[in-house]
Amino acid sequence: MTNTETDEPRIPGTTLFDGEMAMKGYALNKMCFSFNDARAREEFLADEEAYCDKFGLTDAQKAAIRDRDVLELIAQGGNIYYLAKFTGMFGWNMQDIGAQQAGMPLEEFKAMLVRAGG
Amino acid sequence: MARVIGGITTSHIPAIWIAIVNELQEDPYWKPFFDGYPPVRQWLSARKPDVAVVFYNDHGLNFFVDNMPTFAVGAAFEYHNADEGWGLKPMPAFEGDPELSWHVINSLVEDEFDITTCQEMLVDHGFAIPMTLLWPGHSWSGVKVIPICINTVQHPYPTPARCYRFGQAVGRAIESCDKDLDVVVIGTGGMSHQLDGARAGFINKEFDLMCMEKIVNEPEELLHYTIRELVRLAGTQGPEFIQWLAMRGALGTHPVKKLHSNYHIPISNTGAGLLLLETTAA
Repeated sequence: MTNTETDEPRIPGTTLFDGEMAMKGYALNKMCFSFNDARAREEFLADEEAYCDKFGLTDAQKAAIRDRDVLELIAQGGNIYYLAKFTGMFGWNMQDIGAQQAGMPLEEFKAMLVRAGG
Repeated sequence: MARVIGGITTSHIPAIWIAIVNELQEDPYWKPFFDGYPPVRQWLSARKPDVAVVFYNDHGLNFFVDNMPTFAVGAAFEYHNADEGWGLKPMPAFEGDPELSWHVINSLVEDEFDITTCQEMLVDHGFAIPMTLLWPGHSWSGVKVIPICINTVQHPYPTPARCYRFGQAVGRAIESCDKDLDVVVIGTGGMSHQLDGARAGFINKEFDLMCMEKIVNEPEELLHYTIRELVRLAGTQGPEFIQWLAMRGALGTHPVKKLHSNYHIPISNTGAGLLLLETTAA
């Protein structure tokens, strides 16, 4: 098995979703993939713990889901595109979760992007 | 004979869909982005392509990591999108051209590109937003489509060089079809952006502008990049540029003419690049 993260120097603040992460996050991502379906979203919101158990999430993955902690979800094998269906349930867009991961208030995150474009 | 008449690149981020739904085209934040599109729409109205071949990446609507194709070619009579988990109203259906799809599929495999074929395929924002930007108000009824999805969900992604050659093979396939069809090829996504990780919000204007310049008539100078280098230079989603390279490959080896371009940064977390390229005679 090849882990692309170990072949070359790390890119700061970046996790590549490779084979190792895809295996680690399979159950988590499968649950998030299910949220494409509105009925699955309703079922999750009615009983989050039971829905996580249905997909066999680990305790660490369940804790990260409870905490809505995107960086930890990625560390637990989550893929950003499937995770976006989870965070979308709370009305969070890519700038909301970008700010959360970068550890800054939303307005500061937006201002950082505007500055980078200037 | 079928002809590739030109190529278009465009952003495809979901925030555009929301901006269109909320009619924010004249909003100061969005105006410099949307103002890039009328010249491209005018060209499409004048040239009236019969078919649009769209290179894009699925973001977890149609494909899960249980079965993840590297190159997937649509061969459906009709394609649908969906709310993708966000409660947005799906767009009207897109009409396929299964006859041309199968011609392309047969030609690609003969050309040693062993693709996945999809007789059912949900098309997500990577496909649908470019369609609604280029044919606003869902006015795509006269244009048949062939969606071609290139994996940028799970590493390893195909290399930039491979995607360019894949695009060349798609171009050869189209031009070997004996039907009288005008085809436009579209590459969606990009440009620099990073959605995930503590480096979220990383963008690189200088690199984006270099890519937009080189891809016109020096695309081969962009083929040495590895996917990892694209991540480092353009963010975790920067490798979506492989969709652009596939589009450029499909335009063939003759010089192309840049008819229009627009670059605006930032739109949400991204640099947004729009190009209209026209093929020229040998």
